[in-house]
Amino acid sequence: MDKNNKNFQTSKAKSMMGRRAFVATTLAAGASLGLASERSSQVQRDDPKKGGTLRVGFTQGALSDSTDPASFNNDFMFAYAYGVFNGLTEIAPSGELVPELAERWQASPDARIWTFQLRRGIQFHNGKDFVAADVVATINHHRHINSTSSAKPLVADIVRVTALDSHTVVMELGSGNADFPFIFSQYNLVIHPALGDSIDVTSMNGTGPYEAKIFDPGVRAVYQRNPNYWKPDRAHLDTVEIILVADPAARLSALITGAVDLIDRPDLKTLHLLKRHPSIRVEQTVGNKHYTLPMLSDIAPFTNNDVRMALKHAIDRKEMVEKILKGCGVVGNDHPIGPTVPFFNSDLPQRSYDPDKARFYLNRAGLKTLDVKLHMADVSWGNDSVKAGVLFSESSAKAGINLQVLREPNDGYWSNVWMKKAFCGSYSGGRPTADWAFTTTYARGVSWNESHWDHSRFNQLLVAARSELDQALRGEMYYEMQGLVRDEGSTIIPMFGNYVLAMNKHVRHTEKIASNWDLDGQRFMERWWLDA
Amino acid sequence: MDSVLWSVGGWTHDRNNVYELFMGSIAMKAILIMVLQRLSLGFLTLFVVSVIIFSAVELLPGDLAQEILGQSATPETVAAFRAELGLDKPAVQRYGQWLFNVASGDFGHSLANGRAISELLASRVGNTLFLAAYAAIIAVPLSLILGILTALYRNSWFDRSVNVLTLSSISFPEFFIAYILILAFAVKIPLFPSLANIYPDTPLGDMLYRAALPVMTLVMVVVAHMMRMTRAAIINVLASPYVEMARLKGLSPFRVIVKHALPNALAPIINVIALNLAYLVVGVVVVEVVFVYPGLGQLLVDSVSKRDVTVVQAVSLIFAATFILLNLVADVLAIVTNPRLLNPR
Amino acid sequence: MQKFLSSWWGIPLSAQFGLLVITVYLLLVALAPWLAPFGETEILANAYEPWSSTYWLGTDSLGRDMLSRIIYGARNTVGIALIATLLAFLIGGLLGLLAATVGGVLDQLLSRMVDVIMAIPSLIFALLMLTIVGTSATSLVLVIALLDSTKVFRLARSVAQSIVVMDFVEAARLRGEGRWYLMRHEILPNVSAPLIAEFGLRFCFVFLFISTLSFLGLGTQPPAADWGSMVRDNATLISFGDITPLLPALAIALLTVAINFVVDWKLHAASGLKD
Repeated sequence: MDKNNKNFQTSKAKSMMGRRAFVATTLAAGASLGLASERSSQVQRDDPKKGGTLRVGFTQGALSDSTDPASFNNDFMFAYAYGVFNGLTEIAPSGELVPELAERWQASPDARIWTFQLRRGIQFHNGKDFVAADVVATINHHRHINSTSSAKPLVADIVRVTALDSHTVVMELGSGNADFPFIFSQYNLVIHPALGDSIDVTSMNGTGPYEAKIFDPGVRAVYQRNPNYWKPDRAHLDTVEIILVADPAARLSALITGAVDLIDRPDLKTLHLLKRHPSIRVEQTVGNKHYTLPMLSDIAPFTNNDVRMALKHAIDRKEMVEKILKGCGVVGNDHPIGPTVPFFNSDLPQRSYDPDKARFYLNRAGLKTLDVKLHMADVSWGNDSVKAGVLFSESSAKAGINLQVLREPNDGYWSNVWMKKAFCGSYSGGRPTADWAFTTTYARGVSWNESHWDHSRFNQLLVAARSELDQALRGEMYYEMQGLVRDEGSTIIPMFGNYVLAMNKHVRHTEKIASNWDLDGQRFMERWWLDA
Repeated sequence: MDSVLWSVGGWTHDRNNVYELFMGSIAMKAILIMVLQRLSLGFLTLFVVSVIIFSAVELLPGDLAQEILGQSATPETVAAFRAELGLDKPAVQRYGQWLFNVASGDFGHSLANGRAISELLASRVGNTLFLAAYAAIIAVPLSLILGILTALYRNSWFDRSVNVLTLSSISFPEFFIAYILILAFAVKIPLFPSLANIYPDTPLGDMLYRAALPVMTLVMVVVAHMMRMTRAAIINVLASPYVEMARLKGLSPFRVIVKHALPNALAPIINVIALNLAYLVVGVVVVEVVFVYPGLGQLLVDSVSKRDVTVVQAVSLIFAATFILLNLVADVLAIVTNPRLLNPR
Repeated sequence: MQKFLSSWWGIPLSAQFGLLVITVYLLLVALAPWLAPFGETEILANAYEPWSSTYWLGTDSLGRDMLSRIIYGARNTVGIALIATLLAFLIGGLLGLLAATVGGVLDQLLSRMVDVIMAIPSLIFALLMLTIVGTSATSLVLVIALLDSTKVFRLARSVAQSIVVMDFVEAARLRGEGRWYLMRHEILPNVSAPLIAEFGLRFCFVFLFISTLSFLGLGTQPPAADWGSMVRDNATLISFGDITPLLPALAIALLTVAINFVVDWKLHAASGLKD
């Protein structure tokens, strides 16, 4: 990696951080200290070793998975995206944005026009040179009018993409966005080679650390090291084999019997037993993944903020983290900004379970009791979501709220229940920036606004903050917005879940790993190694 | 788990001369006609099944576009998706198109990822049949032998314990039996692998070894049913006059059962075996999931959840055809053992 | 009483055991609120408390009393299974007898309809139906009853068919007896043995089916306890030799064995064998 560019970027990111944001990040680091030390005592600080085959048991992945980046929507495809391809930018383990295929970038003063300087001398697996046309074609693939891409909303604000020369791309936005380069770290937006008017989505030809040798969706993938990989200090493993093992017990036995070296999402119920196993290590990373209970704010009784506040006080967050996440998480404060995200507001007091306050808000809403139905499926939060609903139901009963949990089928949940029923369960993988998190789910009228929330002050601040380049001012605005979502929003966010992994003792990685996705931001293939 | 069928030619009466009757060419011709009749009816059944499955998938909430895009669906992308795959056309038209293609031998492509159905199914059909055959080769003889022995030593301690064992084994959910077997034979005593991940290039010996635990699970699941039916059917004919006669002739109890009772009790046994074989092909999705075995069941469940209707249809038709064929074979065998069934009225 | 006692000693030991177990289960169903030490959904303690004098079988993942959950589970599980099985036998049995007695077009129509339903894998059929109508106790019972009734239909029809052609039925027909009379007095008594045998297994398959549905995320509604979902809930613990998930599974197994012991006894009695 180019040292100078990295420094340039880092210093920029540091100066971008306001005072309070800096304090916040430090606090968050302190909060995760316990976990960090648990890990460092087990991982020896050794230099990456070359070679070996890493076999991984994955939970997510489907037979219907396609290599079209427009459709990537599960871990199996995220690993494919970051294993075979590169993005323009990358989220480093520290959470900051660093250059990848883009060497550096420059914004116009209003943050509306962005110029990306691309790295030279990089080749795709088939030997073709990486040039600006590939970037233009990749972005247009998600952006064009008939695009079916789940990244379309991300690139919707791009008005024009042009290649200035073979290694310079200029993008013009409809309105200013100070965080714009962040979106190019997204798994969908990894750079594919241009092909005619479009991109080549079928030959699995990328610039990334690994080449796909076997790619059998819903079954497995085998990746082999790209001998010409351009990053000198990455891609240590010779081969990575990803096997889909959807059943939690099967995944566990595969790890214990040594059929795989590493599994994601181990069953939290068994964690205390798994930790006792002599050759297995359990690791947690505090991430931005959070669980939500959106209430449709345009449907009674959720139109009344007092009702929403009553429910927010009737949920026992601590008990939920203990019993549902088995301690692998932290309590949420009813806003989506995780402790590791820049501009996290640490001044907001933590909301806790308080049936009396809940009753107080009910009375203020003119109600004696409240009957609500909460729709949950196993997929809404993961395996134990229906049980989480049961816990909520028991704790809210003490506040005079009669909450009935309804189990919905997993199948069709996101099209039939989510955003259709007035009160249901959902989750968000978390976003690396406050703007991204707010814009996708809390801005007026956006398609993922799962609570139909529309708050004029919030919407005003959101637009203002996006193009604000004065970081102190920007921080003030994000602080206020977190408070608004917490106290007037229509979403209960009871907890943030850690990313949990289990692996045998030979699996190694740098001390700090990324938390934007599971498995080191799903870049484990190029970052991790085996010690034997 | 599938069912008991007592398509029996008579519960209480003698049918000694069945074989002579059957040997007649008239019977042969009648069987042939019946087979042809049933096959054409089978095609009709397949057609109706395809209509039902198609309509059911249509009725399911959400469509392919929404399921693939999931939480990240926006109205525009969903609309673009539908247009691209022709999902915006009326259902009847889409069904007609599909039927036309299938009639001309083309099952089409997966809507979700564009892979040809034939390619998608090729290795999985083989895997599913391999697992079913492997389990059947062990389970069928085992349950027949156990059935005969328990009928012979009925109400003894042997009979009781075999019954308790097999009944307990079917009382446990399949996935639970699988977990226990994994704990016992993969974790505690590492005899077999816990993952039965076989691939097209896996040699036969390896396949047999890796599929050992799923096969053990399936055997435990189906043996009880077949064994209990064998036992019940044999006991049921033991009281009939001709068995009594054989007994009075002084034949040993074992010979009485094997030579005289069993042939006359075969019809219901064959039917139950057929149903269980069909189950081994059609109903093993849970075992596939737990052992990560790449079979058809997982493909079907996965495609239903993605609303990938072309794949759902193709797999459903394979399953339906398996069921129809196995039933036909069972009925022909039942007639061979008791031709009176040819003219039931 | 005397008469009851003498007939009680007359039945084999295994059937006595079976009847005893069934009686205990029925008592559990009827008296659950009085027998269970705690409420069905009450959250009392930490998750996975060990067995103690307060919580005899420990607590589950939410801190609810395991013993109470199992006792209440009898109510939900046995209740649903019993209603679904009875309904299946009522529909399937009736139509099967009707098809065999009337024959002709009606028989063809019903048989082909059943063929079609049976040709669709039952798990997929249930998955489709329950996703369309939603999972409630009622829809669960109805879907399972519908699926099971096809199997009962085939059984009832084929056994009845072989009876219909027999001389004593022919004689009754010639006497001028009506269709209902034939079905009730001539055919039903002669098909009951295989139907009883089938009932024993069918009943237990319903538990398993519910449990398998919960494997696909389509179980019963919370917070009610049912054994099938309870097995599923804690199943991964068995990988470490923890016996928590075994308890509800054993509850199902015991009932299955008990019912089938009684069925065996009835079957044996119906066969007319003296030994």
